[in-house]
Amino acid sequence: MSVTPAPQRRTVPGHQSRGAAIRIAGLVKTFGLTRALDGLDLTVATGEVHGFLGPNGAGKTTAIRVLLGLLRADAGEVELLGGDPWHDAVALHRRLAYVPGDVSLWPKLSGGEIIDVFGRLRGDLDPARRDELLERFELDPTKKARTYSKGNRQKVALVAALASSAELLILDEPTSGLDPLMETVFQDCIREAKAEGRTVLLSSHILAEVETLCDRVNIIRAGRTVESGTLAELRHLTRTSVDVQTVRPPAGLETLPGVHAVRADDHRARFDVDTDHLDGAVRHLTAFGIRALTSQPPTLEELFLRHYGDELAGERRMTDGHLNGARANGGEDR
Amino acid sequence: MTRPTATELTGTATLTRLVLRRDRVRILVWTVAVPLLVILTAASVKGLYPTQADLDEAAATSADNAAAIAFNGPVQALDTLGGQVAFQTGSLGLVVVALMSMFMVGRQTRAEEEAGRTELIRSMAVGRHAPTAAALLVVAGMNVVVGALVTLGLVVLDLPVVGSVVFGVSFCALGIVFAAITTVAAQITENTRVVHGGTGAVLGLAFVLRAVGDIGDGTVSWFSPIGWVQKNRPFAGERWWPLLVAAACTIALIAVADALADRRDIGAGLVAPRPGPRSAAPGLGRPLGLAFRLQRGSLIGWSTGVFLTGVAYGWVADDVEEFIGDNEAIRDVIAQYGEVSLTDSYLARSLLTMALIATGYAIQSAVRLRGEEAGLRAEPLLATPVSRHQWAASHLAVALAGSVIVLAAGGLGTGLAYGIVGHDLGQVPRLLGAALVYTPALWLLVGLATVLFGLVPRGVVAAWAALAFCLVIGVLGEVLDVPAWVGDLSPFQHTPLLPADDLAIAPLALLAVIAVALTAIGMLGFRRRDLGGAAAP
Repeated sequence: MSVTPAPQRRTVPGHQSRGAAIRIAGLVKTFGLTRALDGLDLTVATGEVHGFLGPNGAGKTTAIRVLLGLLRADAGEVELLGGDPWHDAVALHRRLAYVPGDVSLWPKLSGGEIIDVFGRLRGDLDPARRDELLERFELDPTKKARTYSKGNRQKVALVAALASSAELLILDEPTSGLDPLMETVFQDCIREAKAEGRTVLLSSHILAEVETLCDRVNIIRAGRTVESGTLAELRHLTRTSVDVQTVRPPAGLETLPGVHAVRADDHRARFDVDTDHLDGAVRHLTAFGIRALTSQPPTLEELFLRHYGDELAGERRMTDGHLNGARANGGEDR
Repeated sequence: MTRPTATELTGTATLTRLVLRRDRVRILVWTVAVPLLVILTAASVKGLYPTQADLDEAAATSADNAAAIAFNGPVQALDTLGGQVAFQTGSLGLVVVALMSMFMVGRQTRAEEEAGRTELIRSMAVGRHAPTAAALLVVAGMNVVVGALVTLGLVVLDLPVVGSVVFGVSFCALGIVFAAITTVAAQITENTRVVHGGTGAVLGLAFVLRAVGDIGDGTVSWFSPIGWVQKNRPFAGERWWPLLVAAACTIALIAVADALADRRDIGAGLVAPRPGPRSAAPGLGRPLGLAFRLQRGSLIGWSTGVFLTGVAYGWVADDVEEFIGDNEAIRDVIAQYGEVSLTDSYLARSLLTMALIATGYAIQSAVRLRGEEAGLRAEPLLATPVSRHQWAASHLAVALAGSVIVLAAGGLGTGLAYGIVGHDLGQVPRLLGAALVYTPALWLLVGLATVLFGLVPRGVVAAWAALAFCLVIGVLGEVLDVPAWVGDLSPFQHTPLLPADDLAIAPLALLAVIAVALTAIGMLGFRRRDLGGAAAP
């Protein structure tokens, strides 16, 4: 069986709206002639860490702003913590903490002041937790926000969010400015939040981070959900890359079911195979005498590339877990 | 001091084109609106005094009228049409051209740097001083166009050519001096608002110094850039050499800015920011506390400025009566006003001027809502349990209460100075009350800004246009002879000019009701719309 490529929606069953922290169905949001969200579906179960993926301009930030009641939905259903994000904004905001993708702070206030402002407005500032996080993120709270770097501004927002007791964390590319050391601290904090039973919606471009942290992911493109499910479920639907060296020149690979993109020369073949058909392909190859075989399990990157590859190929290549360009043009989805 | 070398200016031409492209609408509006204001007023003056007898009478009423001199300028050939045009249009026109330079330079230098765009520009093959040089070139060009259009307009109106040229050059020269002053201010502080505040303070001081000089023997006017260009005596035996003072001052200021720029880092001012507190003060935990904290500096700045303006006006007020002397024409004017003393009409006009300045604060404070929204700082706040109402109300409360404070500062300054000079401290409550009469008018403009914010957030800048309208009507209304219904659109037309007029409650109450209604409409509109910012296309 070969999987038809996107755009096609595949909502993995078993995660229904019961007990969902976030439930979005058929969400549409237009800005003038631009259709930023075009029937988006997203379900985040209570207590899970949910990855929210998509290329620049896919509509992730717009979806988050609808969830926060900052934008009004044009069509579709949106339920946040059992309420309506537009009408119940204030009550719902007591229960969530948000880190924007583009953190803009009041230049005259110090980082410590800003963290306190957010904590007090939310009404659940834990001073001990705040100080602990300041230490872990190595953030100097006495500096004026004007002097902070992008990463430090992000830390201010992160400390403010993580120091709260909010049951839902909505994080829009929270680590795009953090160094690898701080990225580790962030990942620890998210694991702790999960252990405490909090729900996390994590929009990210750092696929390694999503793979490490997330229980389930939702991939969107052009304002529409194209994949959602657990990583295992999504992997099942993808292809493994195989690089094999054989004694005799391998032949007939193209005719096998589920095998794609075959590049074969004298004693070497490289191809992708649907994970379901890996067994058959390897059996076929043994007939030629396998000298060496490396197989690459499908990564999130490949999932990603499968959906966007046609557009991205030639322009951008994925390197060490990042989409090139995703970092460079920091303000995405806007 | 290092002299700018060729490489320090590399890229100026390209950046100049960028500035022209980015601000083409703004540039067009300023360079057309300022000359238009002057030319329309001049045309009006011409219609007002058709015969030499009219001019002679006007000259007689103005010559010894300290109030008129304080607001308009020195007495120079007021019995000629050109002299009257310079007298009637000079003060406001010159202030506006200075403001044009200030806003344009501030926007293109420090605001760009604050936004981080200068950093990107400077990472390219661009000289250290090129961005500033490009801004100055464009603004100098705008001033040349303004000067040329003013000259052209006056020549078309049949005014003497030489006088028209000198008058136009005066506008150009003052604008360029203020462009240079703004450039220096932009090196000193890292905050654009403070750049504008500082330059605005210099402009206010310049206006007051020349008022004091013009009422006196003219010596003090030499300390004011506005004084310099008025010393060119357009239409009154023109002389060119005072322009050298303006030119020398401009060159010196640019040299200072250049030296300062070499001593600071990009993004920074001259003073390193001090560390702030580790934790927030208790008041900051509420929207109102935060809004007040964010606007505190601006409120203090405006209040101080208006207070000092009041002190200057109040100080001179006592001399106004002496000026009348035996002037019969003035007696006639007083007779028209009934029992009102000349001092009181002078004070009333002073308070009106201060109220118009205070409106600048009111609008700046109200449009802060849009600034916070567009700057993406509202977004995380509104993601906390703060409702849109609470957030908008917090900034509006500061705008509304702040308006009262700034007005009170003006009344207090005038009252204290006048009271101390005249040994009558009873003037303090009297003038304080007279200043506060403008509260509903200011609130109405806050309401207008709120409506724009709630319904057409991209159009909040129109609130400033409303202030410009009120300013023109308030200062030039009588000269311009606009249709009554147009003038009536300004809330200041419905505010009794205390202490010259009697207090009338009904129009004030009506203004207040309209202000409340506008604010309510704006708030409702904001609750229903999408939060914008850099986000929505």
